[in-house]
Amino acid sequence: MALLTQSEKKKGISTIQGVALAVVVMVLGLVALGSRYNFGVVDYVQFVVDGLRAGAIYALVALGFVAVYRVTGVINFAQGVFIMLGPMMTISFYEQNWFPSLRLNLFVGALLAIAITAVVGIAIERFTLYPARRALPLTKIIITIGAYLALQGGALLIWGPQGHVMPAFSTLTLADQSFRFGGLLLKAQSLWIWSTVLITLALLGLFFERTRLGKAMRACAVNRQAAQLMGIRVDTMATIAFALAAILGAVGGIVLGPVTRPTYDMGLDLGLKGFVAAIIGGMVNFPMAVLGGLLLGVLENMWAGVTQAGFKDLFAFVVLIVMLLLRPRVLSGPEAEGEH
Amino acid sequence: MNLQRQPTALRSLGVNARAFSRDFIGYLVLILLLGGMGWIEIVQPGDLSLPKLTGGLLTLDMLTRVGLFTIVLVGLNLLMGYAGQVSLGQAAFYGMGAFFSAILTTRAAALGIPASLSQAWWWAWLVMFAGMLLTGACAYLIGVPILRLRGHYLAMATLGMGVVVYVLLKENLAVPQLNLTGGFDGVHSIPRLRIGDFVIWPVTRYFVLVWFFTFLVIALGLNIVNSRYGRVLRAIHASQSAAESVGVAVHKSKAQIFALSAALASLAGSLYAHFQAAVIPATFGFGESLELVIMSSVGGLASIWGAPFGAFAVLLLKELLRTQLRVVFPGVKGEFEAIAFGVLLIVIMISMPEGLTTGMLKAYRRWRAARVLKQEIAESLEPLGMK
Repeated sequence: MALLTQSEKKKGISTIQGVALAVVVMVLGLVALGSRYNFGVVDYVQFVVDGLRAGAIYALVALGFVAVYRVTGVINFAQGVFIMLGPMMTISFYEQNWFPSLRLNLFVGALLAIAITAVVGIAIERFTLYPARRALPLTKIIITIGAYLALQGGALLIWGPQGHVMPAFSTLTLADQSFRFGGLLLKAQSLWIWSTVLITLALLGLFFERTRLGKAMRACAVNRQAAQLMGIRVDTMATIAFALAAILGAVGGIVLGPVTRPTYDMGLDLGLKGFVAAIIGGMVNFPMAVLGGLLLGVLENMWAGVTQAGFKDLFAFVVLIVMLLLRPRVLSGPEAEGEH
Repeated sequence: MNLQRQPTALRSLGVNARAFSRDFIGYLVLILLLGGMGWIEIVQPGDLSLPKLTGGLLTLDMLTRVGLFTIVLVGLNLLMGYAGQVSLGQAAFYGMGAFFSAILTTRAAALGIPASLSQAWWWAWLVMFAGMLLTGACAYLIGVPILRLRGHYLAMATLGMGVVVYVLLKENLAVPQLNLTGGFDGVHSIPRLRIGDFVIWPVTRYFVLVWFFTFLVIALGLNIVNSRYGRVLRAIHASQSAAESVGVAVHKSKAQIFALSAALASLAGSLYAHFQAAVIPATFGFGESLELVIMSSVGGLASIWGAPFGAFAVLLLKELLRTQLRVVFPGVKGEFEAIAFGVLLIVIMISMPEGLTTGMLKAYRRWRAARVLKQEIAESLEPLGMK
């Protein structure tokens, strides 16, 4: 995805170096921490495989953040809601049993869920952020927090506080197929997740490279004012960016659904991790956001393997703070300015 | 215009008479309201009491909470409204204060503090102020690097900080052997505050104590706002580069106000710990930080008087939703609370980004200006025989 201008390409290289260094340090640290458990190579490979599963989802969510941020300059707190709406609605539609075939039920349900989530994304942009498009970043943050609270409250009202069960895609039951390679355990759902994410990324690439709309969005991302002068409707692009983020979030949530038990508040955690991934990737760069997501997934999983369970969430946020502090370049972007 | 209206005596003393009179009215209204409610509750004239009068909506318990939140919000408003620095992790400092007090008053023996110290009446007060200092120092150290970030990034960094503190509280500060924070269950049987042998409890006494502190904090906030330091904060908010160019030590000032807001949150946390007599980590998570931001924005970000107003409005609305919604829609539980708050937040932020108090004041001034204009036009047209 040739989304980088010449100057950003230069930045990209040093970003990669910085992130690579940080990753090496973290991996060494994690292996050192894990040395007291006598982990074998297989265990580490297992960590990586499981981590890549979560990481693929983080990558999708991160892409949503980056798309919205580059086009509108807003960090969308309500992103987590999209991740939750996807699987929740899919389960509800699936349970309606409209068709004789379970697989068709699931497929149609997922498509409907994605479409409705996209509408929700558009509604958030149109009804809450568009009226406040000239407001300060702080105001916009609070508005997206409001949208997050309202939608999550609505989800609690509809689906209740309990976890819901989503069937695994390959077996259509609760028990998923799993494959064993030596000591390695691989679930069929992981393959579904990876293939879906790959297809989504390919489609996203085609959209940005080959379609007029995608090119217009890229123009907005590079320079909003110039894009507007070229006759691109910047406001429409902002709406589309939100729809795109909603679709990415919903897809991620749906393929992850069978692995977790979807609850009304699953979005907060995944949304924040996706944001961390976007930050690792530099917030403006789509391929780096994907890389950031995968890295975060793997490292977090290793961290969870070598420490107590309760500390799992700590990792992403420590990385978030460290990344924010180590990358002052992030701040120099025009959108990062808190002042007007 | 404004200068001419100020009484010359006050002006010659260098007092901003408008600010002075406005704040005076603020104190008066708050004292009368609180005093009246407290009086009704304590004296119970003619068998009336506060819950009876308001259908259970207002209790001293609730008003004490308003005071506690006001203390946090004054700090948060100085930070967010005046200095323009977002904090989505303020509950972390609130929690640090609460747990500092809770741990040092209940587990003093386990920590090797002699009973002669920890049994003395002034120990809890000492811990409270030590907690303020410690939390403030922590915040200063965190603030120096973190406040270099701006806008969304600062929001996310403070959020991350909040989550880190929450997880640490939940996980016994990573030293489960000592069991300091009690994990999920938190710390129980925290002693009441005392002055000598005078125990500050029941709630009527505690209500007075909390609001005593709250008034001190409000006065502190108003003084800061009207001082040179307040102007520095507003300059940073308006434009950091401009402030820097006229010699403001931007980073230092930002870290200072962050530390002050943290110390205030810690004070409120300590008072909360002695009020509830039990603290659990779940009270100080991301949700609480969000609620503080909601209160702050409802009351008015750049407004010290917005703090008590915002805390009161949000707590009252919560109580209303909790008690009344079930009457209107039976079978409804807490879900509507989040929806109502979310929608409320969006509506307020779109229509009055400065919060309710400032927004309504502005609307009133516009309305009054329009009326004056109308009158003037009518008067000038009158001699011409027109209507």
